[in-house]
Amino acid sequence: MAKTDIKLTINGEEVEATVEPRMLLIYLLREHLGLTGAHIGCETSHCGACTVDLDGKSVKSCTVFAVQASGGEVMTVEGLANGAELHPLQAGFAEEHGLQCGFCTPGMLMRTYRLLEDNPNPSEDEIRVGISGNICRCTGYQNIVKAVRHAMRELGHKEATE
Amino acid sequence: MIPANFDYHRPASVDEAVGLIEQYGDDGAILAGGHSLIPMMKLRFATPGHLIDLKALDELRGIEDTGADIRIGAMTTQAELRASAVAAEACPILAETVDVIADPQVRNMGTLGGNVANGDPGNDMPAVMMALGAIYVLRGPGGERETPANGFYKGIFDTERAANELLVAIRVPKPPAGHGYAYKKLKRKVGDYATAAAAVILALEGGACSHAAIALTNVGPTALNAGDAAKSLIGTSVDGEAQARAAELAMEICDPVSDMHGPVEYRRNMAGVMTYRAIAEALGRAKGG
Repeated sequence: MAKTDIKLTINGEEVEATVEPRMLLIYLLREHLGLTGAHIGCETSHCGACTVDLDGKSVKSCTVFAVQASGGEVMTVEGLANGAELHPLQAGFAEEHGLQCGFCTPGMLMRTYRLLEDNPNPSEDEIRVGISGNICRCTGYQNIVKAVRHAMRELGHKEATE
Repeated sequence: MIPANFDYHRPASVDEAVGLIEQYGDDGAILAGGHSLIPMMKLRFATPGHLIDLKALDELRGIEDTGADIRIGAMTTQAELRASAVAAEACPILAETVDVIADPQVRNMGTLGGNVANGDPGNDMPAVMMALGAIYVLRGPGGERETPANGFYKGIFDTERAANELLVAIRVPKPPAGHGYAYKKLKRKVGDYATAAAAVILALEGGACSHAAIALTNVGPTALNAGDAAKSLIGTSVDGEAQARAAELAMEICDPVSDMHGPVEYRRNMAGVMTYRAIAEALGRAKGG
């Protein structure tokens, strides 16, 4: 079985790799590139801990082959902060106790990042539907919703002052 | 959870894709969104030697109003279908169904073509396509042919599609203007397959039912067309008695298995309940409610 050359952009940087076609995107990120932000939870596309952005859409990177992402643009949780400055969602999760063990957090952050990019003013219901593919076993989701609302206020404030 | 290895192909045209499917035969598998196939490959239930990824085939994407039909490219994702104004206007049951399939991330990858073509009785769209009287457009080495959704499903993962054919589009005839519709799905959690689900399309003329179609998900080896149940509604006012009779007739054709979704009796009963509720909701919508 031939290895395949792939080329993609990850957090703004061009990456080239030669991979077995069966390599899942999550393994490319974690084991090949050392980007261990996205987590492997269930590895059956249920839990959402491996969620990353691929070409402007949230996907579960445990159910995408790296070869499928070739030519595409990937953003992981490592690409969310602006240098030392946390993204308003990251600040919101810290501020509102949107995590306890933190295992689901990278997936929650990347999912809610895309949710707010697509819809800057979601209702509470839309937030809950938006994160329905991400499982958190600690928080009961209450504080995650609060964290997203916190980020919405920050982002809205930023936009208004810019 | 590492799949067996394979060679990866990303054809640049439909003809090239069909050529590869022909070339590799049983050792090849078609990759659309991958959210049914990749899990099967991780479990090594599927071990294709060649994956033919349709990702680059933009001609298989998009939703078009062709007058009598809506034509949906097979590689259109569930999320794209959900966002389509054309689909929402002519055929709102499609969006209602998308919303109960898997979760947002999976709907970004999962395609309508994959959902209807792979023959998994747990998939939601086959029953909806049966209720809509959809037509599948298949392309093989000899050209294109059309085959109806009703009759396409022969058994678990067994369909009318020949091994050397590719599903390229789905033609959905527009239901009558002002029709009522509903897709009711009982599931244990977000992302689950149905314990039982029912798709209903109906239309009224002068207060009496002039058109009805009912199809069921995951209560048999394939999606099931509940033709007798639908026929029993025709000419009635679709009152409570007619709804209950149709639900009974729908239950009679169910042949579910006992599994983690529940025992046979429960699932058959739930198919009746979903049918009953879907008819009631479709009726309300047909009346403009």
